[in-house]
Amino acid sequence: MPRKTTPRQDLTRGVWRENPVLIQMLGLCPALAVTNTVVNAIAMGLATFFVLFFSSLLVATFKRLIPSEVRISAYILIIATFVTIVDMTLEAVVPEIHKALGAFIALIVVNCIILGRQEAFASKNTVPRALLDAVGTGFGFIIALLLMGGIREIFGYGSFLGFPLFGANYEPWIIFILPPGGFFTIGFILLALNWWQRRQEERAKAAELAEVAVGRAA
Amino acid sequence: MMGNLLWIFVSAMVVNNFTLAYFLGLCPFMGVSGKIYTALRMGAANIFVLTVASLCAWFLNTVILPHAPFLRLISFILVIASAVQITEMVIKKVSPALFRALGIYLPLITTNCAILGMALFQTNRGYGFLEGIFFAWGAGAGLTLALVLMASIRETLELANVPEVAKGNAIVFLIAGMLSLAFMGFAGLLSS
Amino acid sequence: MSPRKLPQAPQKGAEVSAWRLLATLGGAGALAGFLLVFVYQVTQPAIQAYKAKVLRESIQEVLKGPARWDTLYVLDDALTPAPPADANLATLERVFLGYDEAGDPMGFAITGAEPGYQDIIELIFGYDAESQLVLGMKVLSMKETPGLGDKIEKDSAFVAEFEGVSTPIAGVKPTRATGAANEVDMISGATISSRTVIAIINHKLERLGPMLQRYMEERT
Repeated sequence: MPRKTTPRQDLTRGVWRENPVLIQMLGLCPALAVTNTVVNAIAMGLATFFVLFFSSLLVATFKRLIPSEVRISAYILIIATFVTIVDMTLEAVVPEIHKALGAFIALIVVNCIILGRQEAFASKNTVPRALLDAVGTGFGFIIALLLMGGIREIFGYGSFLGFPLFGANYEPWIIFILPPGGFFTIGFILLALNWWQRRQEERAKAAELAEVAVGRAA
Repeated sequence: MMGNLLWIFVSAMVVNNFTLAYFLGLCPFMGVSGKIYTALRMGAANIFVLTVASLCAWFLNTVILPHAPFLRLISFILVIASAVQITEMVIKKVSPALFRALGIYLPLITTNCAILGMALFQTNRGYGFLEGIFFAWGAGAGLTLALVLMASIRETLELANVPEVAKGNAIVFLIAGMLSLAFMGFAGLLSS
Repeated sequence: MSPRKLPQAPQKGAEVSAWRLLATLGGAGALAGFLLVFVYQVTQPAIQAYKAKVLRESIQEVLKGPARWDTLYVLDDALTPAPPADANLATLERVFLGYDEAGDPMGFAITGAEPGYQDIIELIFGYDAESQLVLGMKVLSMKETPGLGDKIEKDSAFVAEFEGVSTPIAGVKPTRATGAANEVDMISGATISSRTVIAIINHKLERLGPMLQRYMEERT
């Protein structure tokens, strides 16, 4: 059942509180596979954002025309169309980046985030709200990819967006741009998130206890 | 010819393992790698679907797509999904035992990124019929290997004293990183 | 995909006719097809132009700036500039013969690919069939280890080793180099990647060398 949310929540929840990658653990494949540099991460983030935005637009617009029996096929058809468009456009405009991302652009089709948002939100809400949700979720995805790409490029190449950071003496930690580095980076990010969350909880509990103590003293 | 097929198989299975080097099929890797028995059945279902997908991709690539390359993605995803569903029905009729073994996993796998990824890689590399089949088997064996390894580690992990902050997905990713690191040792295995 | 994203049971209520299901999917398919054909038509020239540019630049690099070149197809153990009309050009093996300003042949540009340390290494090299010397080598695609294996592409000293080396090439460790004309110093720490580059060139020439020579003789 769709919960009642305000338009503001539609926009913001995907960015951080329900971040598709870091919290919901969706779309992991691109988040790990093409985040060895910041440029690749941005390209993948924007491509996914584009597909998500236009798929949500179409699905929300035509939701009454799509019978529920074939809705999944219809969503996949819509998503695959936009992914093919992105794929061909990237190849024509920025062929170098297209080569670096390879088949992973086409694999946006099976990114659970996009189909998930259509099924869970765009097909049940008005067009403006579906777009707000798509923008929020898309930004959340880009933020997660940037975080991964930033960490991996800074350690793995000693640079950010191609600009060297540490001077010539820096010996890059190559492991960060290799596949294991992807797993380690997201593992450490999750560790940090867990630690932060637990600290928040403990603080809240401590504050509650203090309040109780003050109440007793009074 | 035989050497080439062997290389394709071993490369897809261990050197460029789908899960640990290409990050394909991570959802089942995170989701159903809790028990070795489930992991094995999931792997078997994967090998099956990959083979069907490879056949479909080969057929589409040779028959239809030279005339309309822009339909590749759409036709791959729709044809593979339908082909798997049809084979599922056939298996249900022909061999109920096999159906029970693969059962619920088949529809789940169809939209798994490892399947489409395999079909796309096969296309990009211009693999023929036999090469495609061996690639699919290698990829499937690799997925199964990664799943079973992960499941056996996680079964042991249940008895271990994992720090509170690392519980859940964090520890699984860190272990996957170590497995991936170990699999890098297979590089250079079959080079000329 | 995670289980919670599986399709829910179809909502009960108004029974939807099969005709309408088909019409919806057909309509969506037609729309998708129309959009895709349009984008395909718009982007295709740029994509083809980029592919041609990459090929032109790599031929320029390995043949040291030919004025023009011919595409030759390998058919029945011989080179032919004009394959029969029923041959599928996309699947035929190709080599490129470059000419200088005066119209004299400068050498062949040949592509090859074999498994390296991590994955397939694909390269193009220039070859003079008369002197049997390699003119230059350029890696087109590879996934070797960054910082070690990728030196086969990025280490200019290693790439320069292939200019004017005689064939078949022998890879040697830098400390054991004797200065022979067919020696290429391998990269320390990337022995397998270096060896693969050399093997690709040697294997290609083993097979194509006689054909190239025969073509040049028949030409004159």
